[in-house]
Amino acid sequence: MGNRHNPFDMPPETDVAWCPGCGNHMLHKAVKGALDELGIDPGKLVMVSGIGQAAKAPQYMNVNMFNGLHGRALPAAFGIRLSNRELVVVVESGDGDMYGEGGNHFLHAIRRNFDVTVIVHDNMVYGLTKGQASPTTQQCMKTPVQVGGVILEPFNPLAVAIALDAPFVARAYAGDVEQTRSVIKEAISFKGFALVDVFQPCVVFNKLNTWQWFKENTCSIPADHDPADRMAAMKLATASGKFPLGVFYRNENRELYEDLAGIGEKPLYQQQVPDDKDFRAMLDSIPMNNV
Amino acid sequence: MQRYPNDLSLVIEGAAGQGVQTITAALLPILKNIGYHVFSCTEYMSRIRGGSNTTEIRITGKHRCAYTAHIDVLFALSPHAFEHLQNRIDEKTLIFADKEHFGEGWNDRCIDTPIPTFAIQAGGAVYANTVAAGAVLGILGIPVEPLKLFLREQFARKGDEAVENNIKAATLGYNFGLGTPSALKPKIPLPAPNDGAKRLLMDGNSALGIGAIAAGCNFICSYPMSPGTGLLAFLAERSGTFGIVVDQAEDEIAAINAGLGASYAGARSVVTTSGGGFDLMQEGMSLAGMIETPIVVHIGQRPGPATGLPTRTEQGDLNLALHAGHGEFARAIFTPGTLEETIESMQHAFDIAQRFQIPVIVLTDQYLLDAVSTIDVKDIKRLPVVSTLVQTDEKYKRYIFTDDGLSPRGVPGYGDGLVRVDSDEHDENGLITESFDLRRRMMEKRLKRLQPLSEAALPPTVIGRHDGAETMVVCWGSNRGVLEEALDVLGSKRLAGIHFSQVYPLNPSTRAMLQNRRIIVIENNARGQFADLLTRETGLVISHRILKATGEPFSVEEVVKALTEEVHG
Repeated sequence: MGNRHNPFDMPPETDVAWCPGCGNHMLHKAVKGALDELGIDPGKLVMVSGIGQAAKAPQYMNVNMFNGLHGRALPAAFGIRLSNRELVVVVESGDGDMYGEGGNHFLHAIRRNFDVTVIVHDNMVYGLTKGQASPTTQQCMKTPVQVGGVILEPFNPLAVAIALDAPFVARAYAGDVEQTRSVIKEAISFKGFALVDVFQPCVVFNKLNTWQWFKENTCSIPADHDPADRMAAMKLATASGKFPLGVFYRNENRELYEDLAGIGEKPLYQQQVPDDKDFRAMLDSIPMNNV
Repeated sequence: MQRYPNDLSLVIEGAAGQGVQTITAALLPILKNIGYHVFSCTEYMSRIRGGSNTTEIRITGKHRCAYTAHIDVLFALSPHAFEHLQNRIDEKTLIFADKEHFGEGWNDRCIDTPIPTFAIQAGGAVYANTVAAGAVLGILGIPVEPLKLFLREQFARKGDEAVENNIKAATLGYNFGLGTPSALKPKIPLPAPNDGAKRLLMDGNSALGIGAIAAGCNFICSYPMSPGTGLLAFLAERSGTFGIVVDQAEDEIAAINAGLGASYAGARSVVTTSGGGFDLMQEGMSLAGMIETPIVVHIGQRPGPATGLPTRTEQGDLNLALHAGHGEFARAIFTPGTLEETIESMQHAFDIAQRFQIPVIVLTDQYLLDAVSTIDVKDIKRLPVVSTLVQTDEKYKRYIFTDDGLSPRGVPGYGDGLVRVDSDEHDENGLITESFDLRRRMMEKRLKRLQPLSEAALPPTVIGRHDGAETMVVCWGSNRGVLEEALDVLGSKRLAGIHFSQVYPLNPSTRAMLQNRRIIVIENNARGQFADLLTRETGLVISHRILKATGEPFSVEEVVKALTEEVHG
């Protein structure tokens, strides 16, 4: 896009709270690049986030923003989508926010399949609370709380999403801005729940999963993988060894919640209060009064 | 037990699943259409089958909206009736029951009623409730034809056989009831003279729903929890007609966050729950306060702590409603006591939430929600709905500082501006800040609305004559009906009542209305939460608290007894 101004950029003097070298910077660049390339009007886009360092991302973009509670970005995004189908809704939060605090909402948002793109900054650690294990922390990593090392298997967001038939499931690595941007573009263009789990290092609190580690432990999805094949996608998501990057799964056949629920095209803010005729007719429909 | 003139209390008892509700739904319209004043309330166990549930139907000479403990006529369908109701039965209670199944407590006021036999003659045990409905009309000497009409309509979709069996059951019951010895037949009050008014029967749930629809509510997202679910079901049933988006959330946390997301985007949102569910919503309340986003929360109270008594009633969650959510922010709490007030409270709640950009609670309870009474159609008021949304321009700032602390509220996608809301402390643009100076100014901005909010608060309603009353009896929420009736029964000029349909903030006139009087507070909880609030807000001293936290509502008899000492004292 050359040096053209990106409409999602904030003024250069904006104070960004991320550490130098943090993966958030590159992911942020990829998100803004994807939005710009898709030609989305910032005024019709709502970025929704929870709490954490990743959840600050919408603060540094020229967009509508709902920066809500820890773990609760998805319910808020759902309410926004149902109120106004004209809005493009993108959720951006961290692994702790989305898979830990907000785990139940993650399951049910996939079940509903409303039109939302969910970008998860997956750095396998809690940054803002200073280094405790997140749901995706690798086994044996020592932290100030998991002093003998993490004893649990990490949560596998992609396998869970595919099991629930999330219609778009992908993984990217922030170190590769080009590929991340391209996957995010595909996710936002997709109609339905689209998950992009993005690997990125936390340079302060995660000394295990570094830039180097991600480089060595990731690989491209095999060229012959068919994203329409759910079982193959599940196999990729649960395989041991290197973590594949790319689009795991695409299901073009899931119906949108908005359509199933008959959500109208007219935004709710434009809806008039009921007229008196309908209101009076409703009174007569109250049980016990039609005898 | 005390009896009051022109007052007949009829109680129908049955196990869960025996169709007690159907009897009530059949009898109430029939009685109302003849012109009787009727009131009905239900109490039931937290189970799907078995146990002992009751509905009380009161037929009264005056419009009454209260529960009475005494029973004039009891229809017992289950073998547990006597055990469950022995404290409400006395030597004047006429009992219709099947002797074989009634067990202990049989006396000469019991009439052996072969309800199961008639049911089987009609086609099966399931028709017992229809037998009882027919018998009630027979005993009262009211024609059975409207019941037959009701049964035809009610069971049409189940086929001719179901209709005919029900009609047979009703007729068998009716003829049995007609044959009740006249010496035993209860005296039924005279119907009210026909004043031409159109009256509707409804419960508190319907009134809440009507209020929400009148207020232009177009979004509800909630998780089912008794007794809060009625509003969700009411709006769901009418969602198509009124364009209401309805979603059943995965939990209460999701419900309030979806409600706030919707409201941020311009919907008029409500969530409904009970105390336990509201516990989970507390962080959402705090978020609403921080992002200055309107939301209406209905809490149908039931006894806690924890699961408590899931199907019973209490006013134990006032402190929860007052204090829910961390940090300091503005809120309002409405506590309606009648059908009219319930309809209006919901509208006030939406209006105040939108105008002051705050969370507003409507606090009811199981008793109020399930109780059925009549309302004159002309008393169903629609309050004006004022839209407070603005079209944004490029320079729009969601939290721009203004004299009154209220910033014009835009929504995303309407205008050229961007709308940013943040649960972090934020600047005028809604962007995160850690500036102490901005923090101070934002806190001032958010709390500046407290004063105008209290000035807009509904004044309490005086019951009886305020002038000359030495003692004021204070109540809130669902206790209005019982206090009105108790004061009427006592007829003492020394006592007057006062009912609060808004308990927070209090209207500034409150102190003047109560000062220099003896103050008694009556409430359905163990410690007197409103009494404490009243003292804290006004400095007034509460002389006496009449409290009850058994899971039952106050009866008229109890309140009369508790206040009698005051009259003579």
